[in-house]
Amino acid sequence: MITVENLTKTFTLHILGDKKIEACRDVSFRVPPAGFLGLAGPSGAGKSTVLKCMYRTYLAGSGAIRYQSATHGMVDLATLPDQAVIDIRHREMGYVSQFLKVIPRVSALNVVMEPIVSRNGVTRAVARKRATSLLERLRIPAHLFDAYPATFSGGEQQRVNIARAVSWQPRLLLLDEPTASLDQDSVGIVLDILKELRQEGTTMIGIFHDAMLLQSVTDSVYHIG
Amino acid sequence: MPLHEWPKRNDGQEHDLEHRSGYPFGFMDEGAKKEIRRAILKAVAIPGYQVPYGSREMPIARGWGTGGLQITLALIQPDDILKVIDQGCDGSVNAVNIKKFVAKVAGVTVTTDTAAATIIQTRHRIPEEHMTDQQILVLQVPYPEALREVEPSEVETRRMHAEADYSRMWLYLYEDIVHYGEITISYRYPVTVNGRYITDPSPIPRWDVPKLHMADTLFLFGAGREKRIYAIPPHTTVVPLEFEDHPFRTENFTGKSCARCGATESFLDEVIDNTEGVRSFFCSDSGYCDKRREQCSR
Amino acid sequence: MQPLIRIRGLTKRFGSGCDRCLAATGPEHDTNLCPHCGSVLACNDLSFDLFPGEALGVVGESGSGKSTLVRLLHFEWEASAGSMDVHRSAAGSHLLAEMFPENGDYSRNLLLLSHFQRRQMRNALMGIVYQNPHLGLRMGVSSGGNIAERLLGAGWRNIAKMRQRAAELLEKTEIPIQRMDEPPANFSGGMQQRVQIAKALSNNPMILFLDEVTTGLDLSVQARVLDLIRNLRSEFNLSMLVVSHDLGVINLLCQRTMVMKAGHIVEDGLTDQILQDPQHRYTQLLVASQL
Repeated sequence: MITVENLTKTFTLHILGDKKIEACRDVSFRVPPAGFLGLAGPSGAGKSTVLKCMYRTYLAGSGAIRYQSATHGMVDLATLPDQAVIDIRHREMGYVSQFLKVIPRVSALNVVMEPIVSRNGVTRAVARKRATSLLERLRIPAHLFDAYPATFSGGEQQRVNIARAVSWQPRLLLLDEPTASLDQDSVGIVLDILKELRQEGTTMIGIFHDAMLLQSVTDSVYHIG
Repeated sequence: MPLHEWPKRNDGQEHDLEHRSGYPFGFMDEGAKKEIRRAILKAVAIPGYQVPYGSREMPIARGWGTGGLQITLALIQPDDILKVIDQGCDGSVNAVNIKKFVAKVAGVTVTTDTAAATIIQTRHRIPEEHMTDQQILVLQVPYPEALREVEPSEVETRRMHAEADYSRMWLYLYEDIVHYGEITISYRYPVTVNGRYITDPSPIPRWDVPKLHMADTLFLFGAGREKRIYAIPPHTTVVPLEFEDHPFRTENFTGKSCARCGATESFLDEVIDNTEGVRSFFCSDSGYCDKRREQCSR
Repeated sequence: MQPLIRIRGLTKRFGSGCDRCLAATGPEHDTNLCPHCGSVLACNDLSFDLFPGEALGVVGESGSGKSTLVRLLHFEWEASAGSMDVHRSAAGSHLLAEMFPENGDYSRNLLLLSHFQRRQMRNALMGIVYQNPHLGLRMGVSSGGNIAERLLGAGWRNIAKMRQRAAELLEKTEIPIQRMDEPPANFSGGMQQRVQIAKALSNNPMILFLDEVTTGLDLSVQARVLDLIRNLRSEFNLSMLVVSHDLGVINLLCQRTMVMKAGHIVEDGLTDQILQDPQHRYTQLLVASQL
């Protein structure tokens, strides 16, 4: 499904006299369809960098990120034209980080509904139903559905974030510490949801702070650094 | 007969006329006539387009019909029959003065009968009687630019004409309807000529506008002060600007008639008696009115 | 997917120009003013594609050439060189088919059309919202009239239908319909921007140019205008070119962004990549200054 070969990323900071910072070096791994790869390693080893290179938020320095796309065939996400990356992001690839990054002044329900409507091509009524059940399952109080997530607590924000990321059942999901600020019960719910998603066929690559957690949800682990 | 031969051939009185006055036939020198005729030809070739020309000094003040006068003088031939009207009236001071002047410098016959005239110079009216393809109507024009109301810059209006960029003129009419429920322009009603140029028909009432459409007559427009000549050739479409749901309307004289000749189908002037305060209506076209009275009395 | 609009080698020079202009200007010289002949190269050899339904951001400091770019594409200024081709599938394509009867996926270079044709093209395909509402609106004409002007230019001749369309658009842009016959001069800055947006959308444009639309507005008003644009974008599936010096605005509206400096495009990429992994020295400075 996805193969990373010798991925290296170096930042060149021009405003600091062209200072170079190496974020990751020679990262190589392979994830089969519906597989779940965990990325492990000490803080600062470049785990998030790898995910961001895959999502194209960072431009890979060298190496290849080969992905078998459903609509574009075999592509290298490191060099694919922007427009194709946008299309793959829209149709296939999801990304969820530990920081909520949603559009301001949009209600929690709409935050979760929007990708379902725009990507799954279902009616608003169907999307609303699916979004509502997801939010309920993640124990977001119903009276918050129409409120703006920016005003929520950290844990609530994070759960809305996850709901949005999984709601449209992406083909490939990149997870960067999705459970970092969640309580134990919530973590359990999230893991159940991720398990179901895998059964539906979603391939995942994830970073989890908790080593136990990492072992329990993934089927293989790649150590960086 | 070429005009330059005219004085020689008519070696009697008319030759003396030129000799006596020290002016060529028709007052204007041949160079001026040539320029104005060329401008007229171009204007006829591009219906509704304003052709700039070098407006000459006339022995009347600018703004008193010099544009029309120059066209008349450039066209007139010895066997022409001239009629001059001002707001439809043959007898107004300005009309009479222009008529006398042209008659003197060109020696032509004058008339008040629309049907008899070959050239009619007019200010702000088109005669009621049907005009033929043997006649030319010369209209005096104070403001030749139909877009001036919406755009003060000449450079910009020329660009607008060149690009047929007329949305602002239309917008002006839209706003009129929004604010007053109708288009309030009563005279100088803008028209589209030959499907291309928006043109000022001179300050004729709306009543006269339909007469321009597919007419048999050549209409020539002269603006002496603004130095422009334009034309509506015979059998040319002339469409007043209108909306599907706000069509162009002419003045409505339903239930009114001329107090002098009884006409119910002519453009009427309202006259209020100074002493009695009685309102009455009269034909604006005096030649038409006179003819009707004559026919009735016979 | 094929681009909706292809721009190649777009250049705008003010002044006579000389052989050394190209070598002496640009981001590495930090100027667009040629020291040899005094010409200003406001836009220099810009090439990019705009895709259907895409919001493409253009960021850069004042004087980088962003607004010049919009004025060239909106046919307000004459380009010194370059081409602009539109895909035939674009909205209003009957006009394209009329103007370019030959086959092929793209029109010929629109920048070489006559003024008259360009005006037709603009009326049929484009909408624009300026930073300064005075540029986009007639302040003395009613708001409905401002919207009608575009429709009149496109040949509409029915007052009732135009008023209905204006009312629909004003409703979408959250202007009370009872104020339709008031001039924008009576309105607040935010409302004026929304009337401008309504006017820009009146002809169902293929592409909408937004030139610093929120600059100078209060924060809350800015937010409302941006939300409106976002909603309209998904409703109308608009393609937009969003010019702003505000990375926040670009981040909110655009998936893809170009960075301009001294008349050049120094970098382009996905907006989150531009913001999180800027490559060019100038982009790094821009991002560092903002965040």
